[in-house]
Amino acid sequence: MLATLRQFALWSLVVLLAVLAFAQLALARGEPVSALWLVVAAVAIYTIAYRFYARFIATKIMQLDDRRLTPAERHNDGLDYVPTHKWVLFGHHFAAIAGAGPLVGPVLAAQMGYLPGTLWILFGVVLAGAVQDAMILFASTRRDGRSLGEMMRLEMGNTAGLIGMTGILAIIVILLAVLGMVVVKALAGSAWGLFTLLATVPIALLMGSYSRWVRPGRVIEVSLIGFVLLMMALVFGNMVAQHPYWGELLSLQPATLALGLIAYGFIASVLPVWLLLAPRDYLSTFLKIGTILALAVAILIVAPPLKMMAVTQFIDGSGPVFAGSLFPFLFITIACGSVSGFHALVSSGTTPKMLERESHIPAIGYGAMLMESFVAIMALVAACVLEPGVYFALNSPAALIGNNVEEASRVISSWGFAITPEILTQMAKDVGESSILSRTGGAPTFAVGMAKILSDVIGGQALMAFWYHFAILFEALFILTTLDAGTRVCRFLIQDLLGTAIPILGNTRSWTANIVATSLAVSGWGWFLYQGVTDPFGGINSLWALFGIANQMLAGMALMLATVILVRMQKMRYIWVTALPATWILLVTLYAGWQKIFSSDVKIGFLSHAKRFSDAISRNEILPPTTSMAQMQQVMLNDYIDAVMAGFFVTVVVTMLFFALRAALRAHNNSEISTSESPIIWRQQEFA
Amino acid sequence: MRELLGRFIRRTAQTLRLMVGVGDYDGYLEHVRRHHPDQEPMTRSDYFHYCQSARYPTRDGAIKRCPC
Repeated sequence: MLATLRQFALWSLVVLLAVLAFAQLALARGEPVSALWLVVAAVAIYTIAYRFYARFIATKIMQLDDRRLTPAERHNDGLDYVPTHKWVLFGHHFAAIAGAGPLVGPVLAAQMGYLPGTLWILFGVVLAGAVQDAMILFASTRRDGRSLGEMMRLEMGNTAGLIGMTGILAIIVILLAVLGMVVVKALAGSAWGLFTLLATVPIALLMGSYSRWVRPGRVIEVSLIGFVLLMMALVFGNMVAQHPYWGELLSLQPATLALGLIAYGFIASVLPVWLLLAPRDYLSTFLKIGTILALAVAILIVAPPLKMMAVTQFIDGSGPVFAGSLFPFLFITIACGSVSGFHALVSSGTTPKMLERESHIPAIGYGAMLMESFVAIMALVAACVLEPGVYFALNSPAALIGNNVEEASRVISSWGFAITPEILTQMAKDVGESSILSRTGGAPTFAVGMAKILSDVIGGQALMAFWYHFAILFEALFILTTLDAGTRVCRFLIQDLLGTAIPILGNTRSWTANIVATSLAVSGWGWFLYQGVTDPFGGINSLWALFGIANQMLAGMALMLATVILVRMQKMRYIWVTALPATWILLVTLYAGWQKIFSSDVKIGFLSHAKRFSDAISRNEILPPTTSMAQMQQVMLNDYIDAVMAGFFVTVVVTMLFFALRAALRAHNNSEISTSESPIIWRQQEFA
Repeated sequence: MRELLGRFIRRTAQTLRLMVGVGDYDGYLEHVRRHHPDQEPMTRSDYFHYCQSARYPTRDGAIKRCPC
């Protein structure tokens, strides 16, 4: 009785804390709110959700039972299927789902103020993202660790599985282009950043050779060596950037950088994995985990005030960072921090094969996603501790704010975010760059914010440039690793598809087939990257929306699969747990997809934008900022291709919805449990 | 106390390794010795190469980590 009372008092306190934090965030007008309130609100929501909602799902829906053997125990081979300690596996799973996405989306969403983004990151993760991750982990665990594609085939039919996989191929192409774009925007004209990134290549080669021939398997040791070398390169990079010859040489134009990235992607992905990909992966994974921890600690110590307002006027869709109003575009812009379709692939990958007990599913599936969401909250904090004027200078395209600080500060001040040319120049000097104008793509904003927070803890103003380039390095390093790995994924998917028509191209050991498939993969994302860089209307503005739609579409597919599984388990009473988030995500994706294609607003709709250009072409008129008829033609073509991509994603969602409804209806009429779970094997009584 | 600290360090190292897809070699050795005493286990180096080839994209196109 006393224990119950104490429990009740404790949780009432947590709820009270959450309410208080939200009141601070939402009601404090005029004066800046401390970022700590954001952290308090987030942690309170996570604890409540984990204690009550995750437990509800685990007991009522999953009915987890530790007497059932997990795949890791049934197939224990000491290699792929290994029962692993709960928190060790948590670390593995978190490292596998944590990527660059949650650092970009929230930064872009900050143009609407911190409140809309915060609300969707918190409620999205609790009701949709973490539910998806946990449900797919659960489903895969009960099916011998099958992958998402296999489960789609099993529960929804072969055609559904095939369509799902084609959708995934298209998403990866768009995603790699977007990530390449982020790197180009961060490194164009930045000799310091580019030098450090280039230095990672020989460092990785050295690490790869060390792991191959000198001391194989000593991962932590070789990573420490690599880290020390990397920090030396980072310090040395400043001197390179100051050098009259090398500094000039390494300050590249965006288009040159894009071509360089494409060439890198091709070469890296045909090299053996141990030489470049694996050592890069070590560096980027550890750097990412370390940076996240450091940033979390720094935010707690510094408690920086949020300079951004709670809500800006741009919720109406007129914002410079991305076009479109709060609904639906906020929900596709913040992709990974609240719900990410790719996690369904990870949750049905290696994690279910290493799960020691079923009861670990809530901590690993639901819990790790809460952590990921917290990363998104920190990215939002990093963007919102900047002066709003600086934020908009970093994130608005040159077409809107021009190319010099005077014009930029005039335009941005006219939006109501007062800023002076001196502040912008000083900020660029502080972070060791020539300019901070129009560094879109999220990474530079995150880097400036992070440098601001970290330099308050260590080094002060003097180290700000170091921290800025450290943050840029860690994002670029991560993204280059992804370009490499993602190109390989595409290559194998393409070889799978081509192999059915021309068997020789399906042979993964053939060099010719390898080169052909890799070239196709690289030209796929390379094309979107290059057009994004050269098209004055392209870039993050149109690509991130496409990626957001695609990623949410994948999440929608995973949640639909989970819903079908619930129906097949005869859990109609609890179907809302996955059906509601699935419906919301479908609504958002389809509406956003529809608007991106058909909206009459030229800033949003691809087709109306194309029409504007084709009309001008027929009048023989050149619309600025394009400079030639050929470029006008190109812009129009890009619009059409983007529209086709958006249309493709919408079609995939609708088709999958059809298959899901059909499978659910059949299972419902069946009135018997009809899932394809593996037969139960009970644990031998240990204490008998 | 000492034992506790030792276990903490071991678990942390194991977590760090598993974050980049390299499993627990000692656990593997133990497994082979107990369940397949007739088989010769892989050397540390072979085991490491096995883990590497399993982690990065292979034929089935499986995605082992979130690219975004």
